[in-house]
Amino acid sequence: MGDSGVALFFMTLLVSTLRKATPLILASLGGFFSEKSGVVNIALEGIMLFGAFVGAVVAQTTQNPWLGVLAAAGVGGAVAAIHATASIWFRANQIVSGLGVNLLAVGATIFLCEVYTGGQRSFMLSVSEKLPRWGPFLPLVYIALLMVPVVYLMVYRTRQGLRLRAVGEHPEAARTMGVDVQMTRFWAVVISGVLAGVAGSFLPFFAGSFAKNMTNGLGYIALGALIFGRWTPWGALAASLLFGSADALQEMLQGRGGVPSQFFQMVPYVLTMVALAGIVGRAIPPRALGIPLRKE
Amino acid sequence: MTEPSTTNPTALAVEMRRVTKQFPGVLANDCINLQVAYGEIHAIIGENGAGKSTLMSVLSGLLKADEGEVLLKGHPVRGRPHLVSRRGLGMVYQHFMLVPNFTVAENVILGNEPGDRVHLDLRAAEEAVRRLGQDYGLNLDPAARIEDLSVGEQQRVEILKVLYRGSDVIVLDEPTQVLTLQEKNELFETLRCLVRDGRTIIFITHHLEEVMALSDRVTVLRRGRVVASLAIQDTDIATLAQLMVGREIGPGEKRTGDVTGDVVLEVSDLTAVSERGLQALDGVSFGVRGGEILGLAGVEGNGQRELVETLTGLRIPSGGEIRIGDQSTHGWSPRQFLEAGVAVIPENRRVRGVVEPFTIAENLVLGRHWKRPFSKGWVLDLGAMEAEAKSLISDFGIVPPDPEILVRTLSGGNQQRVVVARELAKKPVVLIAAHPTRGLDIAGRQFAHSCLLRERSLGAAILLVSSDLEEILDLGDRIAVIFEGRITGILPREEASEGKLGLLMVGARR
Repeated sequence: MGDSGVALFFMTLLVSTLRKATPLILASLGGFFSEKSGVVNIALEGIMLFGAFVGAVVAQTTQNPWLGVLAAAGVGGAVAAIHATASIWFRANQIVSGLGVNLLAVGATIFLCEVYTGGQRSFMLSVSEKLPRWGPFLPLVYIALLMVPVVYLMVYRTRQGLRLRAVGEHPEAARTMGVDVQMTRFWAVVISGVLAGVAGSFLPFFAGSFAKNMTNGLGYIALGALIFGRWTPWGALAASLLFGSADALQEMLQGRGGVPSQFFQMVPYVLTMVALAGIVGRAIPPRALGIPLRKE
Repeated sequence: MTEPSTTNPTALAVEMRRVTKQFPGVLANDCINLQVAYGEIHAIIGENGAGKSTLMSVLSGLLKADEGEVLLKGHPVRGRPHLVSRRGLGMVYQHFMLVPNFTVAENVILGNEPGDRVHLDLRAAEEAVRRLGQDYGLNLDPAARIEDLSVGEQQRVEILKVLYRGSDVIVLDEPTQVLTLQEKNELFETLRCLVRDGRTIIFITHHLEEVMALSDRVTVLRRGRVVASLAIQDTDIATLAQLMVGREIGPGEKRTGDVTGDVVLEVSDLTAVSERGLQALDGVSFGVRGGEILGLAGVEGNGQRELVETLTGLRIPSGGEIRIGDQSTHGWSPRQFLEAGVAVIPENRRVRGVVEPFTIAENLVLGRHWKRPFSKGWVLDLGAMEAEAKSLISDFGIVPPDPEILVRTLSGGNQQRVVVARELAKKPVVLIAAHPTRGLDIAGRQFAHSCLLRERSLGAAILLVSSDLEEILDLGDRIAVIFEGRITGILPREEASEGKLGLLMVGARR
């Protein structure tokens, strides 16, 4: 490789990293909302899958990608509301409830895909050629990046944000101060679902098609990015970019010999475990994470 | 008395009529009538489990009464804590309701934020909190984080919270429990200042000197009923104590007899490191004889917790030796300490003392559950557990007397009885009691003390860790003082006085 070859390599890597990171950024911001309010949300994975499928179907049917994104947001919020209701009012175990959503998502999207296509488990998106591009990227990339400061301001600079953080740390204290803990958590989880749904809808647009189980663990990696980013929006952004670059590298190095691509696929998981083990300073989760409010 | 700050001067600040609240197995409030006039400091006293906290939860709207009526400034109270708080009731809970990683200002404004509907104006909040603090002499940095504040400062935040909401009827649930003497005096000064300002204070306690020093009127609860409501000038400590307990209170039991046993627990040159990597114990040496109580006095946080943990095998010492009888405990697991006859009444009852979601019976056999008669092979013998629980429940007066009740639902005093019953049932050779009477009322305290003295007469070697000097002086045969992980002195009881111990507690070596 000459100088220009190296420059090209890094440009490609950069562009690819941003594309790979985009769904992670949005989904981990979604996770941030939910977890900051005290509700564990491993349902991100399933919600993204629902978002991917519904987004693809609506975009293909209406030939309007924006309607697809909108529909994905709606279905994401609706699915999240199921998880929220189970976790908040019925005090279900939040991991089990989230897992339920994920299993439902795999089955439901395959079934609905077969209904939609008449027996296929994937379909091409003719609409993806109509997608607008701003510079090298789809507009979605810019939207994801813009959401980071927006989420930061929502959570740290608004009244509702203060309440959201309070119910995630000390719900009893918030309750005695007249904060409706359960509704605050409910809306946090719904917003989480909207963001994850939109994140999922990006996948078929990038790929040009929908395929069964196309999230393939991205929701979990987004949760990992949230943890690795220590439950902050900027941290989640940085972690998403890091994980995205690992994925991009893996793709670019495929078939080139040298480092096996699986090594890079492993990176997000290893780093998340490193963060949880407290090797690079302790990541402190919200204190009431996973604990439903008891009124007695 | 100040003029009532209301348009309806004939009404009472708080009036309760025939309030009744039943919990499974306990009638917590039984037809309670309470009248609190505007501008008074009204003390509510009663032993653990007398129904004080339940009554206040009913008042604040956290709990709904089964029967009866609650009036706040003439308006009926029904459910919904935030509506009650909007009517002017402010609660300062015994367990502070503060978000630990929020700032003072954020905690104060939570739920009632200044600014428009969306934007959070933190600067205005900090300014408001600062001004409020200056008005009432509650000086705090509004930008400080709660977790960096002392307990006394955290309580001031709680008071600021209710003042910020404009509450004029303020309830404090056992507010002095966690305070140092000086903080307590400051609190009383603040409360007097609030009353001068036209507010009404309801003050829950079981410390009778505080009632006499501070309040205008006192209502005494016993087993869910009001037994008296008196003006403070018409009563005295002895009368109140008798009303509260329901019988004449004898003086606490005293130690009798000399210590003649051999040294059973011997600690030499013990060192240990805390979680933060600091030297928590720095060459601690002492011995405790069978039939002896060694009191360990000291300001909290000087290594007591780490010492108790190393003596029970929960923390591995970094150096030195612990001997029990003639055995070295080097490398022992907690189970081995237990098997050697070490029992412990831990300081954090709810975390280390009991398993709250377990029943009374399960808690009572924990630690012995793998042995006969409670286990046969792999299988628990539930019948034997229940029989044991029933006998301990009656011996130790645990209420409610039902082995199947969850320990979570017990009052603090009864949880402590469960702990004491379980530990003493092990027939310990060495008993380590860490703050055994913290949060207990007179009866609970006397009960715990008589248990310790009984174990002493049975020949156990007892280490009593406490920051309550009165307790240490009442019970200890000898008294050791710990400061910054070192023993600064060990005195025989006859030579010890509060003054001498106080000096040792701040590090003056003997």
